[in-house]
Amino acid sequence: MDKIRFATVWLAGCSGCHMSFLDLDEWLIDLAQQVDVVFSPVGSDIKDYPENVDVCLVEGGVANEDNLELLLKVRKHTKTLISFGDCAVTANVPAMRNMLGGAEEVLKRSYLELAEYTPQLPHEPGIVPELLEQVVPVHQVVPVEIYMPGCPPPADRIRATLEPLLRGEMPVMEGRDMIKFG
Amino acid sequence: MSVKTLEIDGKAIAIEEGATILQAAKENGISIPTLCHLDGVSDVGACRLCLVEMEGSNKLLPACVTEVAEGMILHTKTPKLQNYQRMTVELLFAEGNHVCAVCVANGNCELQDMAITVGMDHSRFPYRFPDRPVDVSHEQFGIDHNRCILCTRCVRVCDEIEGAHVWDIAQRGEHCFIVSGLHQPWGEVDACTSCGKCVDACPTGAIFRKGSTTGEKERDRAKLEFLVTAREKRQWTR
Repeated sequence: MDKIRFATVWLAGCSGCHMSFLDLDEWLIDLAQQVDVVFSPVGSDIKDYPENVDVCLVEGGVANEDNLELLLKVRKHTKTLISFGDCAVTANVPAMRNMLGGAEEVLKRSYLELAEYTPQLPHEPGIVPELLEQVVPVHQVVPVEIYMPGCPPPADRIRATLEPLLRGEMPVMEGRDMIKFG
Repeated sequence: MSVKTLEIDGKAIAIEEGATILQAAKENGISIPTLCHLDGVSDVGACRLCLVEMEGSNKLLPACVTEVAEGMILHTKTPKLQNYQRMTVELLFAEGNHVCAVCVANGNCELQDMAITVGMDHSRFPYRFPDRPVDVSHEQFGIDHNRCILCTRCVRVCDEIEGAHVWDIAQRGEHCFIVSGLHQPWGEVDACTSCGKCVDACPTGAIFRKGSTTGEKERDRAKLEFLVTAREKRQWTR
């Protein structure tokens, strides 16, 4: 059997879920022997999301045009998409900006009202991705196969989610160890 | 006092007249999920988590405010009820701004625990992100309306146990919120005795002690139980 083609991406998150992934410590060596890491900000240096990916951990909510573009690409080329951590599952802390209103209110608040020097709105098309009106969870944009809540999900939870997948089975996401938010 | 006989989840039960379905279930080791119910204060049927099915009726009954009746045949764990329970919890999460990661009650929250109980791994309803205030005008406590699920435990515990009636519900529907005094900042409400019973009663991190940060909220539910036992049974030992 071919090795599982494995990827991780992070959208609007703090990278904490990826840090928790790195907390898998020596099990990462076991994992590396069973999968091909085809795309990951912490596991490979490939710049473009490839085709035919078997499993992808998606950290973060969808907050800007870059997030949206990458997520659509991930969905198109991935069999099993895992909504990885509270930001992906609920939009979490990044979505606290939604309470201010749309993108314009958020930018004005951040870059004009709170600015001490040279207040100006960032606008560099093609360089700085434009904010979406609201930050939304991953499953509000594309279908998701597995939800793994947690801020961050503890390393044990990540392992317990990935191990069945390596055997070709679906993990059972139930109980405090697997689905506690926060 | 007469006794009523009924059946819950296939178990034959006898209990005194006037008891609720929730009491009958509890006394017989049958668990029914609840959020707004709090031992020692009246029940209001606000959260709808304790709904049960009764044979011969297509109406679901809230167990906490429905009295037992002779010959009832009740079911508490049907797929239909379990689906509604999960939907109810998802709606509670989607309705307010429950960001567990930055909440004082993280790890010690009845809403968070209920999400696990009903198997919620995500919300199928879009989050509303309402704009809600935080009142920290009280010397010792604060109320964060973002985390409130309107269970009204604080209203009842303050009215029925402390006798101060600082809290009530203002507005209707999606505009509902817990109001202090005559819609004053909490710190300006003379009726408040600063007893802290509302902090202990609150199932989430909505009412908290000032100075507590993420995951630091602890509530002394035993204090409430002690007061209720003392009054009802005249037992003053803790």
